Amino acid sequence: MKAFSYERARTPAEAAAAAAEHEDAKFIAGGTNLLDLMKLEIETPAHLIDVNGLALDTIETTPEGGLKIGALVRNTDLAAHKRVRKDYALLTRALMAGASGQLRNKATTAGNLLQRTRCPYFYDTAQPCNKRSPGSGCAAIGGFSRQLGLVGVSDACIATHPSDMGVAMRALDAVVETVKPDGETRTIPVAEFHRLPGDTPHVENALEKGELITAMTLPAPVGGKHVYRKVRDRASYAFALISVGAVVQPDGTGRVAIGGVAPKPWRVEAAEADMKRGAKAVADGLFANARPTHHNEFKRTLAERTLGSVLTEARG
Amino acid sequence: MAGPRDWEISRRDLMVGAGAGAVLAATPKLAEAGASLASETRMPTLASVSFTVNGEGRRLEVDTRTTLLDALRERLQLTGTKKGCDHGQCGACTVIVDGHRINSCLTLAVMHEGSEVTTIEGLGQPENLHPMQAAFVKHDGFQCGYCTPGQICSAVAVLDEIKAGIPSHVTVELDGELLPTSDEIRERMSGNICRCGAYSNIVDAMAEVAGRRA
Amino acid sequence: MPMKFNEPAGANPIDRQKVIGKPFDRIEGPLKVTGRAPYAYERHDAVENPAVGFVVGAGIAKGRIKSIDVTAARKAPGVLAVVTAETAGKLGLGKYNIAKLLGGPEIDHYHQAIAVVVAESFEQARAAAGLLRVDYAAEKGVFDLRGTKDTSVKPKPSGGDEPDSAKGDFAGAFEAAAVKLDETYTTPDHAHAMMEPHASMASWDGNKVTVWTSNQMIDWGVSDLAKTLGLPKENVRLVSPYVGGGFGGKLFLRADAVLAALGAKAAGRPVKVALPRPLVFNNTTHRPATVQRVRIGAGRDGKITAIGHETWSGNLPNGKPENAIDQTRLLYAGANRMTATRLALLNLPEGNAMRAPGEAPGLMALEIAMDEMAGKLGMDPVEFRILNDTQVDPENPERKFSQRRLSECFRIGSGRFGWSARKQPGETRDGRWLVGMGVATAFRGNLVMKSAARARLAADGRITVETDMTDIGTGTYTIIAQTTAEMLGVPLTQIDVKLGDSAFPVSAGSGGQWGANSATSGVYACCVKLREAIARQAGLDPLKADFADGQVTADGKSVALAGVANARDIVVEDGIEFGDLDKRYAQSTFGAHFVEIGVDHATGESRIRRMLAVCAAGRILNPKSARSQVIGAMTMGAGAALMEELAVDKERGFFVNHDLAGYEVPVHADIPHQEVVFLDETDPYSSPMKAKGVGELGICGVAAAVANAIYNATGVRVRDYPITLDKLLSAMPEVG
Repeated sequence: MKAFSYERARTPAEAAAAAAEHEDAKFIAGGTNLLDLMKLEIETPAHLIDVNGLALDTIETTPEGGLKIGALVRNTDLAAHKRVRKDYALLTRALMAGASGQLRNKATTAGNLLQRTRCPYFYDTAQPCNKRSPGSGCAAIGGFSRQLGLVGVSDACIATHPSDMGVAMRALDAVVETVKPDGETRTIPVAEFHRLPGDTPHVENALEKGELITAMTLPAPVGGKHVYRKVRDRASYAFALISVGAVVQPDGTGRVAIGGVAPKPWRVEAAEADMKRGAKAVADGLFANARPTHHNEFKRTLAERTLGSVLTEARG
Repeated sequence: MAGPRDWEISRRDLMVGAGAGAVLAATPKLAEAGASLASETRMPTLASVSFTVNGEGRRLEVDTRTTLLDALRERLQLTGTKKGCDHGQCGACTVIVDGHRINSCLTLAVMHEGSEVTTIEGLGQPENLHPMQAAFVKHDGFQCGYCTPGQICSAVAVLDEIKAGIPSHVTVELDGELLPTSDEIRERMSGNICRCGAYSNIVDAMAEVAGRRA
Repeated sequence: MPMKFNEPAGANPIDRQKVIGKPFDRIEGPLKVTGRAPYAYERHDAVENPAVGFVVGAGIAKGRIKSIDVTAARKAPGVLAVVTAETAGKLGLGKYNIAKLLGGPEIDHYHQAIAVVVAESFEQARAAAGLLRVDYAAEKGVFDLRGTKDTSVKPKPSGGDEPDSAKGDFAGAFEAAAVKLDETYTTPDHAHAMMEPHASMASWDGNKVTVWTSNQMIDWGVSDLAKTLGLPKENVRLVSPYVGGGFGGKLFLRADAVLAALGAKAAGRPVKVALPRPLVFNNTTHRPATVQRVRIGAGRDGKITAIGHETWSGNLPNGKPENAIDQTRLLYAGANRMTATRLALLNLPEGNAMRAPGEAPGLMALEIAMDEMAGKLGMDPVEFRILNDTQVDPENPERKFSQRRLSECFRIGSGRFGWSARKQPGETRDGRWLVGMGVATAFRGNLVMKSAARARLAADGRITVETDMTDIGTGTYTIIAQTTAEMLGVPLTQIDVKLGDSAFPVSAGSGGQWGANSATSGVYACCVKLREAIARQAGLDPLKADFADGQVTADGKSVALAGVANARDIVVEDGIEFGDLDKRYAQSTFGAHFVEIGVDHATGESRIRRMLAVCAAGRILNPKSARSQVIGAMTMGAGAALMEELAVDKERGFFVNHDLAGYEVPVHADIPHQEVVFLDETDPYSSPMKAKGVGELGICGVAAAVANAIYNATGVRVRDYPITLDKLLSAMPEVG
């Protein structure tokens, strides 16, 4: 871990200003992914801005009847929140499927969205990785890629986004709220938040330098049956091979987002038109341009079968 | 510009080392050795932090890079908290901070100004075991002992989490009553790996304590 | 003169079983559950403020270092020393090491240590390590076991056993058999993944070095550290009272100890080193992958007429094979037999022992084959195994087993588990889940090793036992105290046990499940001598002396032990050596594993519902800690069945998933309540304790029982471990 200076910010504006002031600064909140990466020198900030003192840890009802979730709300608290359990059960289920109790107690809403891939080659600094070290190549393509992505990937990178929460947020049409160093605020639909790798896999999201996530907003509840199914080799404390988050209405329509298959929570709205026709039709739409590796081609079948099971449960 | 220096309070509780970016300027000789060197070698930043550990106030001057885990183990010599992976992948470093269990390896000591930390040493002592520690001995909920402090800190917190109504991955009804069933215990304890495989006995130990409390 | 164990044990004080055989809590338990038991990296009590060494691993699998630039690291804040092969001086290679523990300029495997950076603090050492600039010349290596199957060779005999064995006419009998099976199975590379990473702290006093470390075999470690550093053995002391798990991964001297010693020498002060977790998987040893071909021929009556087992594994030059055929030579009857072991050269990290080497991977294959064969014969898998049980070494029928109650394990297990409720493959459904039951034999050799101890009776009547034996979670502290208490007729609380210090007499050490039986036998021998010394001191006839209730009694006269050693402690040292009883009689441990599993019909996820092990392993010294050994081994076996695999990058030549997130081992949620039954038995051919090992028996067969349960649940037979969902999906039923 490279040495860094450290400060505690008290307001979003202060945090943003600090970020503008330092060439190589990072915000730190839960720290559960950032410190992990700093120990391996995959992240090497020279300055850390501790944003835990920002009063962004509340969940409020929006005028539209949705929820505004502070960026610093811990995963455990978000999952356990009464309104989330009642109206956005998909989010509770997804959060509780992720990581461990200890990590969920620390990890924040914004940090969860910003966590980086678990590609083992990204994590090994002796290996080439276009995401970690642009232009160095990709060892995962042609390497061990069982965990990695098959859709939305590129010749430069096949990493997946590991978040469970993100899958639920995508299915629930969440919106990210931010503040920039100059004090300007903006909103970014979560659908547009993560970037596909293309030739620049190191650019992972829409945030600009020094831009800080302040909240995520959920629109008014959409009702329906909420199911989150995470598929993994061991029963807990493991990243998803794939996951399926679905909201299914009594009439059989609904929404589906998939985790573990793409560089972002994967949802294709057009494919949802086929919900009534069943899992195969939806999966065909979700994976229309899939380019699996030999190691991860099973994920296509797995996703379709899991979706089928989820739809059965939702309709049952 | 040369060495580490103490933290001084400045605007926004700034903790910086030797000037902007805290980058060690390359000496001419080093500059000849490689241009990249200057940006790589950085002087450590020292900072002070105060928190409570097992009820006792402690104040430390630490390298900002020091994790809470290393502050406990190396500086305070509270080595009951273990380093199994240092990356949040095993749970051996679990401590209870402000009532919540966390991985002490994935948080910096300087981020815990004012925190109340409870470690395994604070739960009980060999002559005065916490009920959970006693139950682990009775049910042989450990073998090599290395993951044990983390398991026990987690176990104590898990029963509190269930009592507080926090749901888990295996909770069937999100609005129903929560009970410390074996399934709930197993899921919630899954962030604590025991390679010796004492899981079945740990569940027995926790069930006994949960029953006693109920 | 150590006690010789050449003939079966007669009646002895251990048979009283007042203390031995009772489920005492671990005597070091209160220290462990309160965090007071000190492990190697935590010895603030022994050395104040040591410097910290951070190990740098090679970034290539094979080739050489063209140059290492340590300039920046050397000048980084807090750095005291940087040691590389260039600066370390001449180093020897330990007897038990295959690859050098400090590599360079040649690199033998990925993450082979190439430097240690020593600094005032961990943070400084780690940061400085990141400043090393290494220029490599990488070479092509061989990394894919399957690709080398045809070029593998017959290895040198290991452990006295020839790589090949034959009896009768296997080829002819197999050809003629009415029912035949010929299948190939694979097991992947496994990591020990003990929770405490390898760690050591070294302190020099002149040319003598003390190393606080985490090691299973103290005497091997002392010898090999001396050899590596070019020191006389007496100049090296190892101290390892608590070991945070080993499973074979800490049998040998490893880089942490060598680099702590070299770092301390270079820095001129004590240094501690722990391997960073991401380095552990490629830097240290692992259980090698195998490819195994099993052929079984039987008559329609189910009796095996021909059994053949061939295994291939790979290792670095001078490495050993994985002897996956071991159990097949002894396990089932059958007149015509063959086994063969082949070894390929691989440039992966060093393969070596992991919990039940040989049998653990061997039974993963053989016991699926037995299940398949039972299926072909239309027999119940339990009945098929009982039918082919034997009381003699099938290669050498004059040689009997000292004791063998395998069939009884199956019968008891069947009843307890409700085996008769098992249905045909794919016939049991519980909601989303396909449910099945599986069974497999557990079998592991009973090894014995010479072992010594020192015992001291103090004036207050307390008895202290010292031996370099280790407790790696096995319960050694407690069973040694129990042995001593039983022999001297005093309560357990009167005994202090000190372990893991090379200043103590050399013991069997912890490995090959020989530790408990051998080390307590050494303590037994020592206690026999202590009894004689006490009796003499008390003025009693040693031959008539009886030790009970804190007193020694002979000829009607009783003396309290507390008063015997009044002026000075009575101290004796003795040990045990084993003769050829293990040659004259086949000595093994036996068991039956039963597993019930649910497989999600849609996703193919397998989740174990019930597990039972029935074990026959001689006298059980402490049923509580022995049971823990078995449930722990069952857990590791479950991991081997369902998830554990070091993923090999076959181009770049390393284990890719080299951390605890990537290499998945079972968590709480994977393991149901586990049941263990021990048959009540003693084996006088094994030792005066009449005990055997049990810690490795517990893993043997588990993975196959899981595999067979998955087959029973789904009707899908998978022969490549681990049985992950991707191997089941294509054959699973329609989702609904």
